[in-house]
Amino acid sequence: MITLNLNGKDHSLDVPEEMPLLWAIRDVAGYSGTKFGCGMGLCGACTVHVDGQATRACITPVGLAVGKKVTTLEALHADPVGQVVQQAWLELGVAQCGYCQGGQIMTATALLKGNPNPDDAQIETAMAGNVCRCGTYNRIRAAIHVAADKLKEGQA
Amino acid sequence: MTQSNSDDFAVANLSRRGFLKGVVASGALLIAANWGWRNAFAEEKKAYGADGMAHGWVDDPKVFLALGADGLVTFVCSRSEMGQGVRTSLAMVVADELEADWAMIRVVQAPGDEQRYGNQDTDGSRSMRHWFEPLRRCGAAARQMLEQAAAERWQVPVGECRAQMHKVVHGPSGRSLGYGELAEAAAALPVPARDSLRLKAPEQFRYIGKESTRAIDGADIVNGRAVYGLDPRFESMLYAVVARPPVYGGKLKTVDAGAALKVPGVVRVVEIAGSPIPSEYQPLGGVAVVASNTWAAIKGREALKLDWDDGANAVYDSVAYRQAMSQAAKAPGKVVREAGDVEAVFARGGRLFEAEYYIPHLAQAPMEPPVATAYFADGACEVWAPSQAPQVTRERIAERLGIAFDQVKVNVTLLGGGFGRKSKPDFILEAAVLAKEFPGRHVRVQWTRQDDLQHSYFHTVSVEYLRGALDADGKPSAWLHRSVAPSIGALFGPDPRHENPIELGMGFVSMPYALPNLRLENPEAAAHTRVGWYRSVSNIPHAFAVQSFIAELAAAAGRDHRDFLLELLGPARRIDPHSLGDAWNHGESPTLYPIDTGRLRAVVEEATRQAGWGKELPRGRGLGLAVHYSFVTYVAVVLDVEVGDDGTLVVHRADMAVDCGPQINPERIRSQMEGACVMGLGNTVVSEISFKDGRVQQSNLHDYQVARLPLAPKAIAVHPVIPAGEVPLGGVGEPGVPPVGPALANAVFAATGKRIRELPIRDQLKGWREA
Repeated sequence: MITLNLNGKDHSLDVPEEMPLLWAIRDVAGYSGTKFGCGMGLCGACTVHVDGQATRACITPVGLAVGKKVTTLEALHADPVGQVVQQAWLELGVAQCGYCQGGQIMTATALLKGNPNPDDAQIETAMAGNVCRCGTYNRIRAAIHVAADKLKEGQA
Repeated sequence: MTQSNSDDFAVANLSRRGFLKGVVASGALLIAANWGWRNAFAEEKKAYGADGMAHGWVDDPKVFLALGADGLVTFVCSRSEMGQGVRTSLAMVVADELEADWAMIRVVQAPGDEQRYGNQDTDGSRSMRHWFEPLRRCGAAARQMLEQAAAERWQVPVGECRAQMHKVVHGPSGRSLGYGELAEAAAALPVPARDSLRLKAPEQFRYIGKESTRAIDGADIVNGRAVYGLDPRFESMLYAVVARPPVYGGKLKTVDAGAALKVPGVVRVVEIAGSPIPSEYQPLGGVAVVASNTWAAIKGREALKLDWDDGANAVYDSVAYRQAMSQAAKAPGKVVREAGDVEAVFARGGRLFEAEYYIPHLAQAPMEPPVATAYFADGACEVWAPSQAPQVTRERIAERLGIAFDQVKVNVTLLGGGFGRKSKPDFILEAAVLAKEFPGRHVRVQWTRQDDLQHSYFHTVSVEYLRGALDADGKPSAWLHRSVAPSIGALFGPDPRHENPIELGMGFVSMPYALPNLRLENPEAAAHTRVGWYRSVSNIPHAFAVQSFIAELAAAAGRDHRDFLLELLGPARRIDPHSLGDAWNHGESPTLYPIDTGRLRAVVEEATRQAGWGKELPRGRGLGLAVHYSFVTYVAVVLDVEVGDDGTLVVHRADMAVDCGPQINPERIRSQMEGACVMGLGNTVVSEISFKDGRVQQSNLHDYQVARLPLAPKAIAVHPVIPAGEVPLGGVGEPGVPPVGPALANAVFAATGKRIRELPIRDQLKGWREA
């Protein structure tokens, strides 16, 4: 039995420590906003925040997240940056099928926390690990700029 | 209800069952049932469009709409959402005619039930063109019922009552009643007769053609509440992964599950029977590991000791197969269209050119790998699945489990991408088969990415050979095209070894250029894997070859590609596709949907104008153009491409001109074109599935690459082209893809002088400057 702090609450999970965080979150803790895409850290659909860092849940043993704060898409609205990113995504109609977008939003939020004013090249570098098969990349790039602008306005 | 539309269907649309009755269930037939291809049955009266689809259409508001006392309107969406925006766009249509407030619209997803909802196959880029008119009538009928209910309440003539933005207003007195207040009374009224419906004039549209609506699932998606195939969760659920034969048609010889059963969480190991080739939508068979969570199932599968009998397809080797296709392309094949005498022109000699193009297998690789959950108890089965085809899913589950059709329920979740993969319910059948082994418990089958890439229904592989002659004026005087590709038809019956009429009709025989001497041939190719639909299907190789070769001829003639292309299109004319040998015509009427070369010309002109065609660019940078007609829509693309010294491609800009007829949801049309552009670039630059010893050589997204953000154009501009005169709706989901690949190859040629004839491009451009 391990204790996982997930979305601000402690969850007792009867799982082996080597189980990927993704399956612990989905199958055991019951949060479905984090998606399975590749199982090898190649697509980013499973991105969560572990102590604020964008982390691929599919290759992170749940044991490594013990004692840390894990945040999934479902709780991102409580994050001031995350909320602005979600809003930008909606305004630009970024999502098509939407399956990868949770991971995109989690990665974009982490990017903006570390770099509030990324240029296109920095966005490409930060987001290249998140695959969108529908091909929404242009709107993803635009939405990150919109979110960055909104965050700047918010501080002014 | 007093007016049911079901009688009309019996006349206008043969049900799938009625359709099958008395006819041998051949491959062509199954394709016909799924693709609306009625052509093989000359004795039947031709039915086009939605009338030609199994179970046709329904326009009964009592089927599709529910209005609550709180005023909330629930629309039942019968088509599957996979990112194309169908839940939003169809709701826009019905809400508009209903005069509903968009904020009061809710959408629920219909389960698979074509007797009730009409055809539900979400494929072929046809949901909007088949459902626009029926759903307008649905909304209009409901609006008139609300007006009638208000008139009766007020005891005034209905002509004095007018529905307006979620309420009915009585003109003379100015009184009004909200839709919620009228809901119960309106629902008790008969549905007005079709010929009494007052449809809106286009200038009265609130939502149709406008930008005002927001995606119906947008907020759920960004908040993590949207429910996809892997999301339904049930008490004491079981999770399974399946070890499948690595070679198509292979069988399990032996399995030792001892170690697997020792993995904590593994509950049982179950064999799933495969199906002989052709396996259609049946599971491939193999061994399922069923566990208390997905991870345990995956670990359990890793611990299985498996021995397979690979069968005949173990010979499949992509390198050898390409050589065989290339050989086939060098010899005459089945002639599928001919005009004039190409051989006579070639025999005269002069300026002759030839080219051979290779376009590899692709995997749809939707971000959500195949996944489904099933429950079986008391002779009934219920599934939850991301399906593009819930009706055939239901039929196959009933057959496979040996239970009645009406004892199967198929709930359709959101699809985390489809691209044709989820038209085939093999993965849902696996879940149903396993659920029967665990009565009373929900069982989810999860495909890993490796499963998905190695056991897909792959996009075909093809060699396209072209030979052309230029006359003394630099005009093409002869055109020979041989298309060699294994057919989807091999899934459904004996391998036809030739492209079927649908595949041929995807930009091959339907090629509309003004060529005096032309011959199109289709030599044989055998299928050694499951070939299936991939977004835009055979248009991908056909458009790549035709649009590349036109550019090659233009260059050989020393002509501007755009001018050469427009000249080859010839004068604006409407061509009956049947006259070209395309009897399929996307299932649409040749009268309503001729191939209009004027519309092709218009999109070429618009895309090139927007892109600044003809502008001077430095070496290493170039514009590339291609145009293609597919899914009854016209799309031209110009790409502005820079090729770095190391061969890296940067697409600075994409200009896409689109004529899909009247635009219902312009915002989703743009998004589909943007996505098609990116997917088309991925197809062309990085993606390839290859086989060795019958096995797929790729296993995940590191070796099966797809477009990532750096490959996306820096800007994509989508330019709507509105045709002159009245034309019917075209398709949107697929037609953006085919012209992207050749536009890129043509841009690379303009930039570097290097002609791409083999896909994917990958590192072919490395060191181009020195070459």
